[in-house]
Amino acid sequence: MSLKRIAAVVLTGALALTGAACGGDSDNSGGTGKTFEAGTTMDRLSKAQKIIIGTKFDQPLFGLKGLDGKPAGFDVEIGKIIASELGIPADKIEWTETKSAVREEYIEQGKADIVVATYTINDTRKQRIAFAGPYYVAGQDIMVRKDDASITGPDSFKDGTKKVCSVTGSTPAKKIEEYVKDKTTQIVLFGGYAQCVEALKTSQVDAVTTDNVILLGFVDQDPNALKILGAPFTQEPYGIGVKKDDTKFRAFINDTLEKIYADGRYAKAWSDTVGDVAPAPTGPAVNRY
Amino acid sequence: MKRDAADAVLYDAPGPRTRRITLIVSVVSAVAIVVGAYLFIYLPLERNGQFTMKKWGPIIDPANPLFDQLWTRLGQGFRNTLIAAVLAIITSLIIGTVLALVRVQLQSLRRRRYVGLAPAAAQALRALTRVLNAVTRFCVEVFRGLPVVITIFFVGRGLPEFGLDFDTLWYVVIGLTIYNGVVIAEILRSGMTGLPTGQAEAAAAMGLSPFQTTRLILLPQAYRIMLPALISQMVVVLKDTSLGFLIGYDDLLNVASQAINILNNPIQLYFVVGLIYISVNYALSKLAVYVQRRLARGRRATPPTTVAPGTQLETEAVVGTTT
Amino acid sequence: MGILIDRFDTFASGFWVTLQICFLAGVGALIIGTVVAVMRISPLPPLRAVGTAYVTLFRNVPLTVVSFFAAFGLPQLGSSANFLKVPVLDAIFSRLAIDLPYFRFFIIALGFYTGAFVCEALRSGVNAVSPGQAEAARSLGLTFTQNVRYVVLPQAWKFAIVPLGSVIIAMIKNSALSGFFGVSGSLSDAMNTLTSQEGLPLIPVFIGISIGYLIMTVPLGILLDQVEKRRAGAAR
Repeated sequence: MSLKRIAAVVLTGALALTGAACGGDSDNSGGTGKTFEAGTTMDRLSKAQKIIIGTKFDQPLFGLKGLDGKPAGFDVEIGKIIASELGIPADKIEWTETKSAVREEYIEQGKADIVVATYTINDTRKQRIAFAGPYYVAGQDIMVRKDDASITGPDSFKDGTKKVCSVTGSTPAKKIEEYVKDKTTQIVLFGGYAQCVEALKTSQVDAVTTDNVILLGFVDQDPNALKILGAPFTQEPYGIGVKKDDTKFRAFINDTLEKIYADGRYAKAWSDTVGDVAPAPTGPAVNRY
Repeated sequence: MKRDAADAVLYDAPGPRTRRITLIVSVVSAVAIVVGAYLFIYLPLERNGQFTMKKWGPIIDPANPLFDQLWTRLGQGFRNTLIAAVLAIITSLIIGTVLALVRVQLQSLRRRRYVGLAPAAAQALRALTRVLNAVTRFCVEVFRGLPVVITIFFVGRGLPEFGLDFDTLWYVVIGLTIYNGVVIAEILRSGMTGLPTGQAEAAAAMGLSPFQTTRLILLPQAYRIMLPALISQMVVVLKDTSLGFLIGYDDLLNVASQAINILNNPIQLYFVVGLIYISVNYALSKLAVYVQRRLARGRRATPPTTVAPGTQLETEAVVGTTT
Repeated sequence: MGILIDRFDTFASGFWVTLQICFLAGVGALIIGTVVAVMRISPLPPLRAVGTAYVTLFRNVPLTVVSFFAAFGLPQLGSSANFLKVPVLDAIFSRLAIDLPYFRFFIIALGFYTGAFVCEALRSGVNAVSPGQAEAARSLGLTFTQNVRYVVLPQAWKFAIVPLGSVIIAMIKNSALSGFFGVSGSLSDAMNTLTSQEGLPLIPVFIGISIGYLIMTVPLGILLDQVEKRRAGAAR
């Protein structure tokens, strides 16, 4: 569209090439390969050679903190790619846990430079922060015990007998409220999905609801006990959260996403992490609002 | 043991017949407990596959590939728990001491008449102490009455909004200090006010100012008397560090929760974490009892000429109620 | 500050749920604590051992761990704590009877945890009863049960009232963990929903939640101070 943006794309592309060339020579070349317009967030992060990325620590496949203390997953890979585009090697990234409840605060307060944490783009959140992306579109689905045929979709909760579990402060938790008859007797919220899965397995609840990819991870861990209905009833575009007024940084991340859709790094990030349970999606069109 | 002596007052030393009955009852109840545990705890857990090596392997089997990683993580978590607890205790002691001094000082200032000052100035000073007194009292009541969970939650999420940006560790420490500082202040204050008035009177007679009296005479004794209570408070602090999980502090419990996401063995890991907490806190409470005994012995050994008889009684009584 | 008025309902119902938790867990803790205290001073060594083990266990474990075992361990044992669906009681405390068991689980956790502290408070009361009392009772030929029931406990209660009060205050504050173990609608859960899900500003929510707890804890604390002062005055 605007000349400026085209210039930026060309520039970052060119810089990425030089950066890659430098990176090939030696890993400790620092940020010398990348230069950005002075005063931008990219410039600051690149010069400091440090970025704080907020992600989930308890989400299998997307962001799960391993026993080695390092998070792993698709979100984490996306975070690493963005950092590398800034000329920051993976070992210089500081990962911080951003539970659903605190994501906006972390961005506003600068406790995280970007948040890649199964973060659904919506208008309420856009009032406080800005989103680059989406880089993936998930949908809310329902997971039940394998032998349970009584739940067929969100409407099964309307008669007021079935109990469902989700996570405090998450979008799916809010959404499912529309489908239940009585909140207090049907919905239970925990801090993490692992607790919900435990409650489901021991029959204290009848279903767990959240984004399908998250549920797929749990079904993958225990396919004999759990199953997913496979009929998503919402659209959850995952975005990358940045400070509300930081338009240049947002544009940079959007450019990066478009670039990795094209050069195969996006598909690789997926196959390295979620690949076992779901086929690689085509990157959704980024929304440059 | 002192406790046994006190309890033994309630019943006779058992004779041969009672001893036999006791033995039978003991054996029967022990068997009942074991059988009950087997039927109602072991069997259901076994049925749910809670005793498989898949669940326990990473915890107890050194050959398991995850064993080293898991225990390294738990070790880090345990260290973080200790760091937070120690820092919180130190800051609580400092804040607590200052607050106790202020409160005792204000208490004694309230009685002061300010002779030699203009009546208006004296009035103003008196009003000021009264206001300060009310303010500190209010703070003590509020912070003592709030759940630590709530304090940590709002410290961790609220302070950054005011631009106070620290490491997560410090939010946990501040949250714990707000509560424990106030509690320690109250412990010390009651220790000081519990001392016989003769102590303060003698100090005043020697020409010490009220502040000197508190600092040199009352406070050291309060520390000494209240040491067991202070150690018990450390157990509380250590347990409360586990609330750091709320704001994402990597303490023992939080690290365990993260490992559960990977290992899928919540019951087993929480069991181990529970054991770790019990052993550390049990050791701490034993220390409190030991210190208390030594203090009691130390008191008794002092010649009666240096310690007023009243003090001795008072000390024992206070120590008796705090454990 | 408008939030305090606009969302008064949320705060009030949160207060009510928290009050229910505290009442039920408190009654449970008093019963458990008394039983364990009697066990600990009883002449039977196995009972004493069980009592001591109980207290050591629950006093040294964070409530978080206890609540976890109640919420996720009990289901493993096949229990949804349905025995707490007491017919008359559940008419007043409607949460007891609902299908979701987490309200019951948390009450069990809080009750058992607090029970250990109740026991210790009572025992400190028993220790404070002058040994002469029990000796005199025994020389009159009273058995252990009679001795405890008619002589020691009535006096111990008096000495134990202040430490017991502190235990209850601590319990009220500990009830704030409920929101993190699946009890919906309690004060701490309201704190979570209002700040996280609805994104309301922290300070007014903090004030509202704090008032909810302070209404319960501060008057109790002041009452205890009065009792303590009067007692100290009488002793002098």
